[in-house]
Amino acid sequence: MAAASFTPKVPKSWDRDPLLKVDHLSMRFGGLVAVGDVSFRAGRGEVTAVIGPNGAGKTTVFNCITGFYKPSTGRLALMQGGPATMAELDALTAGGRAWAKTAAGATYLLERLPDHKVSSRAKVARTFQNIRLFSGMTVLENLLVAQHMSLTQAGLINPVALLNLPSWRRKQKAALELALYWLDKIGLTARADDPAGDLPYGDQRRLEIARAMCTQPVLLCLDEPAAGLNPRESHELNTLLRAIRTEHQTSILLIEHDMSVVMEISDHVVVLEYGRKIADGAPGDVRNDPKVIASYLGVEDEAEAVAVTGVPA
Amino acid sequence: MAPHRSDLWEREDTPPETTPAAPPVPPAPAADAVVLPAIKDAVASGVITGLLLLPLVGFRATESGSGPLTLTYRFGLVAVFALLVAGLRLVLNLTLWRPGRKIRDNRSAGLAALSAKVAPAARPAFFALALLYPLLAVTLSGGLSPSRYWVDLGIYILTYVMLGWGLNIVVGLAGLLDLGYVAFYAVGAYTFALLSTSVPLNAFFDAHVAEGFWASWSFFVCLPMAGILAALWGVILGFPVLRLRGDYLAIVTLAFGEIIRLVLINWVSLTNGGAGISSVPAITFFGVPFNGNDDGFAARFGLDYDSMHRMIFLYFIILGLAALTALVTIRLRKMPVGRAWEALREDEIACRSLGINTTLTKLTAFATGAMFGGFAGAFFAVRVRFVSPESFTFMESAVILAIVVLGGMGSQMGVAAAAILLIGGMEMLRNLSFLKASFLFGPDFDPSLYRMLIFGFAMVAVMVWRPRGLVANRMPTIFLKQRKAVSGALVKEGHG
Repeated sequence: MAAASFTPKVPKSWDRDPLLKVDHLSMRFGGLVAVGDVSFRAGRGEVTAVIGPNGAGKTTVFNCITGFYKPSTGRLALMQGGPATMAELDALTAGGRAWAKTAAGATYLLERLPDHKVSSRAKVARTFQNIRLFSGMTVLENLLVAQHMSLTQAGLINPVALLNLPSWRRKQKAALELALYWLDKIGLTARADDPAGDLPYGDQRRLEIARAMCTQPVLLCLDEPAAGLNPRESHELNTLLRAIRTEHQTSILLIEHDMSVVMEISDHVVVLEYGRKIADGAPGDVRNDPKVIASYLGVEDEAEAVAVTGVPA
Repeated sequence: MAPHRSDLWEREDTPPETTPAAPPVPPAPAADAVVLPAIKDAVASGVITGLLLLPLVGFRATESGSGPLTLTYRFGLVAVFALLVAGLRLVLNLTLWRPGRKIRDNRSAGLAALSAKVAPAARPAFFALALLYPLLAVTLSGGLSPSRYWVDLGIYILTYVMLGWGLNIVVGLAGLLDLGYVAFYAVGAYTFALLSTSVPLNAFFDAHVAEGFWASWSFFVCLPMAGILAALWGVILGFPVLRLRGDYLAIVTLAFGEIIRLVLINWVSLTNGGAGISSVPAITFFGVPFNGNDDGFAARFGLDYDSMHRMIFLYFIILGLAALTALVTIRLRKMPVGRAWEALREDEIACRSLGINTTLTKLTAFATGAMFGGFAGAFFAVRVRFVSPESFTFMESAVILAIVVLGGMGSQMGVAAAAILLIGGMEMLRNLSFLKASFLFGPDFDPSLYRMLIFGFAMVAVMVWRPRGLVANRMPTIFLKQRKAVSGALVKEGHG
């Protein structure tokens, strides 16, 4: 396994209790290998950052995890509740099903789920690099659309809702309360009735995160959440993400270029370059890793040759 | 996110509020200095128009039978044109072209404020007017029989209002461009026509329920079936094509509409081909026929028999169906499925990331829209009592889509207004008999020939002035403190 060279004597928290286990993930577009044999784990209740230069394949990894791409090869196991044993995972992989109840909880093989089920069943939510809000709907409506799944368990067009019966109204009230909770969290209560497209950029970023959180995910995938934010907004974002991790037991997987965000809030950093993993570890370790420094700052040809051949295959 | 183009334009017009001092405005000239030149200009342009048109329009050589050419004079028409030009220039000089006129800062904001004020009253007003319309028609035209034309026109318009509202679900809410909506209208019409004229069914009900039961009750039984079958066809069409987007979806739905029509023409053994199905049973008042017999509607309710009773009942049937369409749509918009439709129109990828099954959501939109099309189709069959494939051409789909686009996608009142304007307006253009006056175009002139031309110009004009339709704003389905209309510039049209 690729992570082998980094495995220290004491197992890391993400190895002990992983929420997401990415094994030998490859994604090829025709002849282009966007992601080649990447394996890493994202710990339960932790913030895992995926970093790397532009074109390293970070967003491709994200799209595979969230079901927008079907990976060429590899296994993406999401373990709700608790870690699954190797035997359980292998049994699930050998069988044709996309999910199974394990001793500790349910385990999903994300590569076998269609994108909407990755969100609705496996409870993985995501945001986008270029913000994708429903710009013509109000802030509040955006947060209610996100609760579509919890509101439509009884069917898409159910008579209880059509006739506006009390049981339905209670359900809707609960949905509204969750939306208001997140509005308060991101400080946009005053703008609840404004169209999402009218919000300033930083607010739109936060709203997108709140919208993802309204799906009540176990894993929140954030694609460059700090892109385009000023230092103050970045700081607010850090506070929000920390709150999400500690108060909601939602693990976070994020792609980020802003090192101040990465180093400040992440527990675990995975570094990709040219579609391969070059480093994996705690932020402090990764920061001092020669291959990471080489890929970010550039080195002399000779040193680079060493660095590249040293990439674990 | 790239701002919408018109959004950019508005921003340019709007000075930022923080500007410390208002930009210098040239002092408005005194009234005399405006009005006098305006009148002079108007007179001058009127005279010039008159002189120009005098040889071109004023004289006309006509061939009277085998005789020599005779000259007819149309000075009246010249005068009308000259006055039109003069009047228009006068109005423009005093308003839009007035020197020193302060350009209003935010025209669309003003319109938005206006429509926000009008909007709450529009819906009750529309329904009140629709309810009272037959009474108005009968009173104003002076009797039941003379009101036939007006009640018929009301039925005709309401049919299109309903069709527009039905298509509005698919195009306006879910953002799926459907060019074959008439197919579902046809499915509904043929479902009712075929079932109600079916010999075995008639025989079965005659034998087991009552003589003539099926002929009198078939509409009320078949109406839900027409809706269900049309919805089923919506799903059948939807399944294979919903992975298509935008233009491709439009082309396939267009083809679907044509296929249905061609099947209706060619499946002669079932549909009687191009000859159509006649003798579709007439509507009854819940089993009571509208005729002059002793057990007819008039006799039972102690009225004098009049064939208009049936028409007025038909009017209320279509009003009820249209109201059902509107109410269900209003309700659905507030439900998760309606929000999912609108979210789908805004951003399909974001929908999928939130766990919304987009295929299922699109299918429900197609099926719901198709169902109301089917209802309208069954109504069409019972009103006309004859169905043939000729009633379900692409032109119908185009008109219904035009109503939705012109009205403002997603807006019910806009769609209703557009249906009244388009269908009523087209009909009114038949009645421009004053243009036949001898001093205008003469008795040979047929204004209805120019209907399509005027119709086309009107469409272009609306699209230039109000590119997002008559009602461009979107009303949010829920609000915390205040319901604010969402500007049309932010609302997306959908991409398939």
